[in-house]
Amino acid sequence: MNVLPCGDRAVLIDCDTLDEARGWYVALAGRVDEAVLGARTVLLRGAPADLRSLIGHSEPGPADPVDAPLVEVPVTYDGEDLTSVAESTGLTTAEVVAAHTGTDWTAAFGGFAPGFSYLVGGDPRLRVSRRRTPRTSVPAGAVGLAGGFSGIYPRPSPGGWQLIGHTDLQLWDVDRDPPALLAPGTRVRFVEAAT
Amino acid sequence: MSLLVERVELLATIQDLGRPGLGHLGVSPSGAFDRPALRQANALVGNDMSVAGIECLRGGLTLRATVDHLVAVTGAAAALSIDARPVEHGRTLHLPTGSTLTIGVPPLGLRTYLAVAGGVAVDPVLGSRSTDTLADLGPPRLAAGTELPVGTGSGPGADLDVLWAPRLGEATVEVVLGPRDSYLTSEALGRLLGEPWTLTDHCDRIGLRLSGPALERAVTDEVPSEPCARGSIQITADGTPIVFGPDHPVTGGYPVAAVVIDAHTVCLAQLGPGDTLRFTPRFVP
Repeated sequence: MNVLPCGDRAVLIDCDTLDEARGWYVALAGRVDEAVLGARTVLLRGAPADLRSLIGHSEPGPADPVDAPLVEVPVTYDGEDLTSVAESTGLTTAEVVAAHTGTDWTAAFGGFAPGFSYLVGGDPRLRVSRRRTPRTSVPAGAVGLAGGFSGIYPRPSPGGWQLIGHTDLQLWDVDRDPPALLAPGTRVRFVEAAT
Repeated sequence: MSLLVERVELLATIQDLGRPGLGHLGVSPSGAFDRPALRQANALVGNDMSVAGIECLRGGLTLRATVDHLVAVTGAAAALSIDARPVEHGRTLHLPTGSTLTIGVPPLGLRTYLAVAGGVAVDPVLGSRSTDTLADLGPPRLAAGTELPVGTGSGPGADLDVLWAPRLGEATVEVVLGPRDSYLTSEALGRLLGEPWTLTDHCDRIGLRLSGPALERAVTDEVPSEPCARGSIQITADGTPIVFGPDHPVTGGYPVAAVVIDAHTVCLAQLGPGDTLRFTPRFVP
């Protein structure tokens, strides 16, 4: 782990793995002005000297706290890329659905749009690449896979993830507290929606 | 109590001091790009510093008062008139019922700010009335016909002895190297800090794309999605620097070679296409 400079109002903790970064995020998120998690890094806002001292006197926490909230997400597995995901993973479409629903995921970090979370910890067989050409418009609620992550589009936007289904849950609602359904640390269980 | 928007030339948005501290939800700080200019406009009309005003790009805004209002205009100085009578920049102005305030195009500088006593009182979103142009959070951009509610609760307006003078045409800002300065060759890092950079046409509240000598990367890999701060200088795969403004993406995949110190990020608000930007290093313990 290294602490890297990031201007005069923040530092960046640079880790070897996502789990190490998540551990530092869990340990420090409530103790600084702001903590933002990335794929290998944690941005901490505050006076750099104070932050370096705090980090020096801290240990990373568990990446997956046992008391993390669980959100069940009903999904209709009708995505346009479901067949191609099945082909590239060597599974049947039913096996893709079973793999996606069979292991709990965890909301790790966000950043693409308000309320978007990169979900980690799912079935490793679901590791697929992005589409060669991104779609110009992906509807809100679309459930996708890319690079070992799963994710749900919080609002209509362009996107390159392979779409396997959709949920009717609202991922982002500014009138809800908290506005993001899947804040970092939330465990996510996909279930096949009743049809 | 309202102001009626009659005309917007380019882009006018409602801005306060933004919504810092929500990066974990994927929300940028947003807020007035030239914060001192908004604070001074608020001071002139007796508002609390955090009250929302209007930020307009290259002026070109006309507003009509539905009741008497106190207003002030700061930031990039443009010709101002109330019912075609010229009035002063950086002063408390009385806008009578039915009168029209016109903000012209500033000859220098980019962003002009208007505060109204009581503040623009649209509903806040996540604690702020700022429009985030990247995330589409907060109130919509102003358009002809927009009626802006105005709040109450301002104090007496205060004249200011010293008006914040935005840097115009060119600026030198201090930067802290890192976090990913090692992704550039030492020659490229020298060029980033030694050469003048020209702002391109691709400059907005999200970021300022610069043109200058191509910066050779020592590490060509992208960075796994990494959180960024306002003022971050990203170096794209083709060696182009982009400096992040208030509506910047919360995370990025290009290496950030240096970050503009927070107090100097406001200087970026008044630089436009063709203007010159220089970076000078600062050491932060």
